[in-house]
Amino acid sequence: MKSYSLYKKDWQSELRTRYAINALSMFILVTISVIMFSIGSEKISEYLTGGLLWVVIFFSAMSGLSRAFVSEEERGTTLTLQLIASPSTIFSGKLLFNIVLVFLMNIAITILFSILFESFVINNLQLFLIAFLFGNFGIAISSTIIAAIISKASSKGTLYPVLSFPILLPLILTLLELTKYSMDGKPIEKSFVEIAVLISYDVIMLTASYLLFDFIWKD
Amino acid sequence: MTNYSIEVQNLVKFFGRRLIFNDINYSFNSSTVYGISGPNGSGKSTFVKILSCIISPTKGKVVHKADNKIIEEEKLHNHIGFVSPYLFLYDEFTAEENLIHFSKIRGKIFEQEYSNFLLNEFNLLERKNDQIKGYSSGMKQRLKFVFALLHNPEVLIFDEPTSNLDNNGKEKVYEFINKLKKEKLIIIASNEDTDLSYCEKILELEKYKNK
Repeated sequence: MKSYSLYKKDWQSELRTRYAINALSMFILVTISVIMFSIGSEKISEYLTGGLLWVVIFFSAMSGLSRAFVSEEERGTTLTLQLIASPSTIFSGKLLFNIVLVFLMNIAITILFSILFESFVINNLQLFLIAFLFGNFGIAISSTIIAAIISKASSKGTLYPVLSFPILLPLILTLLELTKYSMDGKPIEKSFVEIAVLISYDVIMLTASYLLFDFIWKD
Repeated sequence: MTNYSIEVQNLVKFFGRRLIFNDINYSFNSSTVYGISGPNGSGKSTFVKILSCIISPTKGKVVHKADNKIIEEEKLHNHIGFVSPYLFLYDEFTAEENLIHFSKIRGKIFEQEYSNFLLNEFNLLERKNDQIKGYSSGMKQRLKFVFALLHNPEVLIFDEPTSNLDNNGKEKVYEFINKLKKEKLIIIASNEDTDLSYCEKILELEKYKNK
């Protein structure tokens, strides 16, 4: 409940300042436009479209998700949060905010991809939805803990993608594989290994994040 | 009334290789006003942040007890009211919205009447529905006292409490210190003589620099 209150505070604040929402929407529009201009009238393969989807998702996440903690640090309100809530409440609230933001952002990107790219055809929707669901959780969890780490650093902007890349790489690679399978129409039973990797990644990242956050949060 | 105490044991703080203070052993108890004095850079703010468990000491520990029971660090925030010049509230919210959010995040029910009483005491009631980005620095400082008192904590830690305040604001702060000193543990970190004149016991940090 306390985490939910923090999440509500963050949303209300976001709706008034529109920092993350504006940054994300602009990034998505610009990136997809650039891809479309560079492709022109050429027909690209299904697999390439699937790969491009996750590239856009990864970089969009890099442009907006760090705000959860960086904005608190920049406005000087980190101390205020430390005085009103325990570290676990703060992490849960921020994670909830990033989960909702990631889902909204990725649903918008996927809809745009399916409208704008002819070759983006999913033959096993169920498998794609499973990958999408656990993939989004993974991106949100990793981005939240990395945002907490970099908010204490002086060069926040450059550090975020640099630190995120090795942490998100196993997740993105698994998601690419599962997207390829869902485009091929491969049944879920034959994708159990990748799904298990995806779920394990989420569980490991979530546990590690809760254990680490106390140390990151306290100077 | 809860018998609250803070025990500081062998506290040492370094920033990099710079020693801030060394080997502080001290005990703070309810119904007393304590002062933390020292010149600029002596570590007053660092010390009160360590007391509030916001930052960790290099060595030593701080133990908070309520009626002789140790309070877990996870729950400490609900026992402390903190005012400081480096504390910022959310500019995009009104004063009342800030207070409502803080109460809810603490897991407490927002008490409208008590909030209005405090806002009125600090001359902010009429401006409670204005976004605080339009507040003057003095008004923001007064709002921090409402923030610190709203959840009725047992410990009040004031770091430079009268900075940015006019004479009326200062008088109001001193009035609250006098009113609350019998039931709460109040710690004031300041180098203002007037602020320290309200303290019954004073811890001089300068003495712990080269100890």
